[in-house]
Amino acid sequence: MAQPSLKVITKQQQGPGESAEQALYEVRRKIYPRAVRGWFAAWRWALVWATQLVFYGGAWLTWNGRQAVLFEIAQRKFYIFGLVFWPQDIIYLTVLLVIAALSLFLFTAIAGRLWCGYACPQTVYTEIFLWVEQLIEGDRSARIRLDRGKLSLGKALRKGAKHAVWIALALWTGFTFVGYFTPIRALWHEVWDASAGPWASFWILFYGFATYGNAGWMREQVCKYMCPYARFQSAMFDRDTLIITYDPERGEPRGPRARNIDHRAKSLGDCVDCGICVQVCPTGIDIRNGLQYECIGCAACIDGCNQVMDKMGYPRGLIRYSTEHALENRLSRAQMFRRVFRPRSLIYLAILAGIVIAAGTSLALRVPLKVDVIRDRAAIAREVAGGEIENVYRLQIINTTERAQRYQISVSGLHDIHIAGRAEIEVEPASSRVLPLELRVHAEREHLTPGTYRIEFEVQAIGVGAGKVKVEEKSVFIVR
Amino acid sequence: MSQFSSSFWDVYISVITLVSVVACGVFLKMQSVRKVSGSGSETTGHTWDEDLGEYNNPLPRWWMWLFYITIVFALVYLALYPGLGSWKGLLGWSEVGQLKQEEARADALYGPIFDKYAKEDLVALAKDPKALAIGQKLFLNNCAQCHASDGGGSRGFPNLTDNDWLYGGEPKTIEQTITNGRNGVMPPWGPVLGTEGVKDVANYVISLSGGAADSIRVARGREIFAKNCFACHGADAKGMHAVGAPNLTDKTWLYGGGEPTIIQTVTKGRQGHMPAWKGTLSAAKIHLLAAYVYSLSHGAPPGQ
Repeated sequence: MAQPSLKVITKQQQGPGESAEQALYEVRRKIYPRAVRGWFAAWRWALVWATQLVFYGGAWLTWNGRQAVLFEIAQRKFYIFGLVFWPQDIIYLTVLLVIAALSLFLFTAIAGRLWCGYACPQTVYTEIFLWVEQLIEGDRSARIRLDRGKLSLGKALRKGAKHAVWIALALWTGFTFVGYFTPIRALWHEVWDASAGPWASFWILFYGFATYGNAGWMREQVCKYMCPYARFQSAMFDRDTLIITYDPERGEPRGPRARNIDHRAKSLGDCVDCGICVQVCPTGIDIRNGLQYECIGCAACIDGCNQVMDKMGYPRGLIRYSTEHALENRLSRAQMFRRVFRPRSLIYLAILAGIVIAAGTSLALRVPLKVDVIRDRAAIAREVAGGEIENVYRLQIINTTERAQRYQISVSGLHDIHIAGRAEIEVEPASSRVLPLELRVHAEREHLTPGTYRIEFEVQAIGVGAGKVKVEEKSVFIVR
Repeated sequence: MSQFSSSFWDVYISVITLVSVVACGVFLKMQSVRKVSGSGSETTGHTWDEDLGEYNNPLPRWWMWLFYITIVFALVYLALYPGLGSWKGLLGWSEVGQLKQEEARADALYGPIFDKYAKEDLVALAKDPKALAIGQKLFLNNCAQCHASDGGGSRGFPNLTDNDWLYGGEPKTIEQTITNGRNGVMPPWGPVLGTEGVKDVANYVISLSGGAADSIRVARGREIFAKNCFACHGADAKGMHAVGAPNLTDKTWLYGGGEPTIIQTVTKGRQGHMPAWKGTLSAAKIHLLAAYVYSLSHGAPPGQ
């Protein structure tokens, strides 16, 4: 847990006399994470590949002769493969956010900051940028040496090469991001012709700069000072949450020793105090001090420590995923993992599953037609030739398919109520049309007293391959 | 700030703003470092409730630079944009200017679409589905509030679909009606004709459209009509487009054709007002709108 921000001190602790200058802003200490290999590093890289293939590749997929995933803000239409979302579908965005939030609760309750450690763009891009840095400047010690060294041609070349690759990567990321909001193939040509619009150019540079700055320079500072999730995650932890912990009972007292001695006899713990766990940490903390808010749960220290344990011939897992509960009560791994299925996580899971199923069903049953009925208000009811009463409506008919559709409108609710004029309309692919419509009824013949009557419009797609696309909309008919 | 005659308030607000911005910087500088008594104190030095202290968990230094950047931003912003009293800003930006700019941009973008139609003959446009689709949108946004979504009108607002026109249904006339608006005035005849006279005329008018009327009153009403109403409605009661006087023989009623309504119309008169749209809509848009209105009574059913 983070250091408590308040602690009880006594006034006597503050010595009198001497005075000192204290900076209220901390100078940043640069962190040089050491490269690490292992089970969790492999997982991290797998997720880097998975998320980035989806991100960089997804924008180039084609579907129905258009970009498969495209969020056209200017036209207010979101295309995701076969689905076209209109502003009226905002509920799906809400549901998506609720699902994202609940998943976060669930994963965090079970295994802490999984998102931070493996999937967060900040982590992923830092990982990629670090890999580039390591390729060009070498590992931790080489980098430290390079930074301390005097400026030389070699240093300038290495630094320049690193930044060039970073900037290229960052610009590509910005370009891809913007490519989800404006067709990416056209954007690609515009970028080469230098004819991209001012806003597209601005956002490419903006997101490029954000990537370069955050993944190249800011790194752990983003997690420590900017990200709100880092600060409220502790509220989602409980004593059975899997967290990355050092086992002090096994490790202490720490200390260096020769590989082949019996350290138990010398009353030493398993920790050889090599400092690898601190060197590999991307946020520069010492996990042996316990859980800290800086820890993003990337498990690099587990991999690092396991390598050392292997070399020493000690069992792995001096630093491992464990829970507070398991450490205190010395639970076996099976006992610990059984506690994953505790009420808290089961409730999260149940709610999450419910919402996912509901959203999936709703998407599957979604009718690709939207109808709004707006009754004219200025002319409440008018009498027309033949003694009939007429009400006027405006039907906004939105065709959310990507083919032109013909729709037939019918009305029910009053005996003999009928539509004056034609009751068919053709709507272009993925567009909307307004159809003014007059309804008539012979009030006298039907013995209708002045008042409001409930009616129902039915709009149905007709023609070849129309399927069973039908929407019913309620409205009222007024007789006066 | 033209509403003030002296420049006092300009200076007042500018000084307050600038002093505040600069003071923020001074305050920031003062609060970056502080003297503490005792060495190695980890706390901020504040003590609450006798013995509660707070750890000094300092923000990173780059964060402090963000504060300074906001101050620089504020000063640059105040120099470029009108924020200090009557200072107009180096960029010469104004809300009205931005609106004008956006309008000009929209005109450049959409103008050609409308201009293409503006040159075309109105009757031909009334058969062009694309032109009608635009015309319908214009109609629904601007006209439907009074004339109803289908153009069928409502009490006091003419039906545009029945080819019965107050001012004439020629394409040019429709365009002119929309452009300049119309003021239809039926003067009150109550004081001149008296209650009985009004009732007689009303019965005569009802009879013109073939309605059931008292024949004695009709006969008396015919005489009154010939003396008073013919000037606008014509001797044959077929109306006059020049003054917007309606045809009284075609069973089409603007305010209603029942006896009480007609009596009220004759007694108190009517005021019809169609606003002028030339300030709101461009000539090209009015042209399209007129074509749509024309189409309503010439074959093309609405929405097709």
